[in-house]
Amino acid sequence: MKDVTESYVTADGRTIGPVVMEMKNITLRFGGVEAIKDISFDIREGEIRAIIGPNGAGKSSMLNVISGFYVPQEGEVWYKGARRPSMKPFEVAQQGIARTFQNIALFEGMSVLDNVMTGRLTHMKTGLFAQSLWKGKAEEEEIANREVAEKIIDFLEIQAIRKTPVARLPYGLKKRVELARALAAEPSILLLDEPMAGMNVEEKEDMSRFILDVNDEFGTTIALIEHDMGVVMDLSDRVVVMDYGKKIGDGTPHDVRNNQDVIDAYLGVAHD
Amino acid sequence: MNEQLAFTIEVFANGLMAGVLYALVALGFVLIYKASGIFNYAQGVMALFAAMTLVGIQNGQVPFAHLINAIFGTDVHHFGWHVHSFLAIALTVVVMIALAWMVQKFVFKHLVGQEPIILFMATIGLAYFLEGVADLMWGSELKALNVCATETACLPQGMNVWLEGTTYEALGYGFFIDNLDIVASIVAAILVVGLVMFAQYTKQGRAMRAVADDHQAALSVGVSLNFIWVLVWSLAGFVALVAGIMWGAKSGVQFSLSLIALKALPVLMLGGFTSIPGAIVGGLIIGVGEKLFEFLIGAPYLGGATENWFAYMLALLFLVFRPQGLFGEKIIERV
Amino acid sequence: MFYREAGDFRTTYAEDQQTFPIKFDRYRYYVVLFIAIFVIPFIINDYWANSLLLPFLIYAIAALGLNILVGYCGQVSLGTGGFMAVGAYSCYKFMTGVDIWWGGELLFRLPEFNIFFSVIMGGVMTAAVGVLFGLPSLRIKGFYLAVATLAAQFFLVWLFNRVAWFYNYSASGQISAPEREFMGALITGPSTTPWATYLFCLFFTIVSAVIARNMTRGASGRKWMAIRDMDIAAEIIGVNPLKAKLTAFMVSSFFIGISGALFFAVYLGAVEVGEAFGITKSFLVLFMIIIGGLGSIFGSFAGAAFLVLLPVALKVVGVDWFGWPTDIVAHLQLVVVGGLIVIFLIAEPHGIAQLWRVAKEKLRLWPFPH
Repeated sequence: MKDVTESYVTADGRTIGPVVMEMKNITLRFGGVEAIKDISFDIREGEIRAIIGPNGAGKSSMLNVISGFYVPQEGEVWYKGARRPSMKPFEVAQQGIARTFQNIALFEGMSVLDNVMTGRLTHMKTGLFAQSLWKGKAEEEEIANREVAEKIIDFLEIQAIRKTPVARLPYGLKKRVELARALAAEPSILLLDEPMAGMNVEEKEDMSRFILDVNDEFGTTIALIEHDMGVVMDLSDRVVVMDYGKKIGDGTPHDVRNNQDVIDAYLGVAHD
Repeated sequence: MNEQLAFTIEVFANGLMAGVLYALVALGFVLIYKASGIFNYAQGVMALFAAMTLVGIQNGQVPFAHLINAIFGTDVHHFGWHVHSFLAIALTVVVMIALAWMVQKFVFKHLVGQEPIILFMATIGLAYFLEGVADLMWGSELKALNVCATETACLPQGMNVWLEGTTYEALGYGFFIDNLDIVASIVAAILVVGLVMFAQYTKQGRAMRAVADDHQAALSVGVSLNFIWVLVWSLAGFVALVAGIMWGAKSGVQFSLSLIALKALPVLMLGGFTSIPGAIVGGLIIGVGEKLFEFLIGAPYLGGATENWFAYMLALLFLVFRPQGLFGEKIIERV
Repeated sequence: MFYREAGDFRTTYAEDQQTFPIKFDRYRYYVVLFIAIFVIPFIINDYWANSLLLPFLIYAIAALGLNILVGYCGQVSLGTGGFMAVGAYSCYKFMTGVDIWWGGELLFRLPEFNIFFSVIMGGVMTAAVGVLFGLPSLRIKGFYLAVATLAAQFFLVWLFNRVAWFYNYSASGQISAPEREFMGALITGPSTTPWATYLFCLFFTIVSAVIARNMTRGASGRKWMAIRDMDIAAEIIGVNPLKAKLTAFMVSSFFIGISGALFFAVYLGAVEVGEAFGITKSFLVLFMIIIGGLGSIFGSFAGAAFLVLLPVALKVVGVDWFGWPTDIVAHLQLVVVGGLIVIFLIAEPHGIAQLWRVAKEKLRLWPFPH
C-alpha cells in the first residue's frame, strides 16, 4: 500500500494524489440498528473510489456520513489533513463536497439552468442589499457564475433543455442535470449515489463517459456507489466493499474481485 | 385550604370542561386528516353550518328565503311548522351526509394527489364558501338553539348552576360549573368511545384505517376510496353537528361559532394531527392551561383576554422542542 | 402577429437575464409605467383613489411580501394581518415620536419622523418581528408552521389592543394618523388630495416590485425556491436553511409592514386593530396570491387587483343594478371568493399568472400553432 501522503501514477498514466479524506472507525446507529460498524477507509485526491455492496449494506448511509447528513455515533472524519468537527450538511457543502442522490433530488419547480445555478450558491456572496439593487455587484456576480454554469451545461451536453422546467424531463436527463448541479459547485470531492440506477445500457455508457471525463478534465475526486459490477470494475481506481454495515474488502478492482469474502457476500455462502 | 386555591380548582374544572369541547372539535380534524391527509380548516364552519341547519329545520325556516325574496320580490320566511328536535337532528345528519358527498364529488375528487398545503388552502376556500352558503340559506342573525326531548326536558341553556354536594362539603367552598359543560363532557366521551370502537371493530372502520395508511395499497385490496372519503367527511360532519349543538346551546348560533376551529388548531399541534388520544389529551391541556393562565397571570398582570393567543403560544413553544407533537414518533429524515 | 421574438436576439447573459427579455413585453411595461405615473394622477378622483387604486397598490405590496414567503420560499403564513398591524403601529409611533419610559418616568422621546421614513420604519420593525416569529420555522414545517404563524396573528392583535403605549393612551383605543405632508403635499389626515396619496403609494409599490423582482431572480430567490422544492436537498448542496428561511421572513415582513403602514396612515387614516388587521386580513392576502399565482411577481398584482375589484363589482351588480340588500351581497361575496379559491386550486394551481403565461405562449405561435 502506498504512503498516505505520497502521489503515485497508475498503469494508465493518471496521477493519483495523497489522501484527501479519511474515515476512521465510523459507527452509525439508528436506535438499536447498527447501519455502519467500525469502518475505516480513505479517499485519495484525483481518484475514482467506489463503494459497493449488496442492498442494505450501509453504502448510502456511508455517503450520508461523508456529506454530513448523518452524524456517526463513533469515529472521525479527516478532511484535507484536519479532523472535521461536527458540521451541518450545508457547511460540508461549503467546504467543497458536492453530491447527487439515489432518488433524484432536483428542484422541480425551477428550470434546468436555475437548478445548475443553485450549485453555484456556495460561491455567491453578495449581500441582500446589493441583490435588491441588482445593478452593479449582484449582476456582475450573477453573470460570472452564469458563465461557469454554462460551461458545465456545455460539458454535459444539456444546452437544448436549458430553460425547460425540470419536472418535464425524462429520468435519464434528470440524472444528468443533477450531476451538472453538483459539478457547478466545482467540488473537490464529488459523491455520486448510484448515478446509473434505473438506466438502460446506452444511458449507462453516456454516464460512465461523463464520470471519466469529469475526473479527467477537472481532476475531481469522485466517490461513487454503484450496483453494476461491470461499471464499477471499469471505472474505479479503488473499491470498498461493504456487507451488513461491515467492510469486507478494500483495494483495486482486481484485488477485490479475487477476495473470498467479497465473492461469498455476492454469491452467497452455504452455512452448515 | 384558602380561597385562592378553591378558585383555582374551580378554574381547573372549568378548563377541563372547555378542553373536552376543544377535543371534540379537534377530533373532527383528526378523522379527516387520518383518512385523507386533508387538514380541514372548514371543520369550524361545518359546525356552524350544522347548527344553523338544525335551528332552521326546527323552526321551519325556508332555505334561501332572503335570496328568493330579493330576486322574486316575494315575502316568504317560514313554512309555519316546528319540527321535533330528534327529527330535526336526523334531518341535519342527512344534510351533513349530502354535504360530505358534494364536497368529495366537486372538490377533493379533483385534488387527489395534490400537495397537502394545497389541500389545506382549498379547505380555507371551502370554509368561506360554506359560510356564505349558510348565511344565504338561513340568515346571519344570532339564533337561540333549543334541543328538547320533550316539552320540559331540554338541553340546559347557557347558565351556571350552583353545584352543591360532596365537593362543596369536603372543601368548604362552592363551585360554579356549567351544567351544559357536564352534559357536553359526557356526550363527547361517548362520541370518542364510539368512534374508536367504529374504527377498530367494524369493516368500514378497518377500511378507513387501511386508506389512512396507504391509498394505493387500500385500492389494490378493493377498498373504495371514494366511499371511505365520503364516509369520513360524513363522520366529521356528524362530529361538527354535535360540537355545533353544544356550543350553540351555550352561546347561541352565529358566525363566532365557526371560530371554535381556531381553538382546535393548537390542540392538534400539541397532540399531533393523526392521534385520537393526542386530540383528547391536547384538548384537556389547552383547556386547563388557558383558563389557569388567564386566571393566575393573564387577568391580574397582562390585562386579560390572553385566551386568544395562549393556546397558540403554548403549542408553538412545545413544538419547537418536540416537533413531532405529544404522541408522534420521531421522524428519521432520509434522502 | 404582434408577439414575436424572431429577430429579437440576446447576445449577452445580461440581456438574457433581464426581466422582460422580449421587446414587446418591455415596451408594454414602459407604457403601463408611463400611464401610472404621468396620466392617472391628472384624472384621478376620490372615488377611484379610495375604492380601487389605493387598496390595489397597498394590497399589492402585501401580496408581494407574502408571495416571497409562501410562493418562493414555501413557508405558509397566516400571520399577515398581525404583521400589517406591526407596520401600522410602528408607523404611528414613529410619526408621533417614540416615547421610552422607564420606571414611570419619561426617559426620552424621539423626534417625530417624516411620514416617508415612518412608513419605512414600519417595514423595518415588522421585518424584525417577522424574523422573531420565523425562528420556529427551522423546526416546524408544513401546516404545523401555518398554524404556528397564527400565534403571531393572535398575539400581536392582542398586544396592540391591550398595551396602551402602542396607541398613545388614546381613550378610544384606536390610532389615527395626524396630518403630515411629504414634499409639500398632504399625505395623511382628512384633507388629502387623491393624486398625492396615489403617487405616494405608487412609489412604494413600484420600488417594492423592483426589489422583489431583483431578489427573486438572483441568488436569494434560488435559495428560497430550493428550500421550497426540497429542503433537505437544498441543505446538502450548501444552502443554510435557517438563514434562507429567516431572510424570506425578513424581506416578506418588510413589505407587509410597509403595506400595513400605508393601509393605516394613508388609506384608512384611523384603525382599530382587531377590525382592520384581524385574521380575515391574513386570509384575504393569502387568497390574493393563490388566485394571482404563487411564486410570481405579476401574480401578486393580478391577485390584488382581482380581489379589490371583485367586491366593488359585486356591489355594483348586486346592489346598484338588482337592488338586493347589502347583506345578501356580502354573503354572496363569501360564496364567490371561496368558490373561486377552490376552482383555481383545482383548475389552475398557479393562478392568473399561469393563465397569462399560457395565453402569451399561444399568442407567440399565433396564427400558426404547429
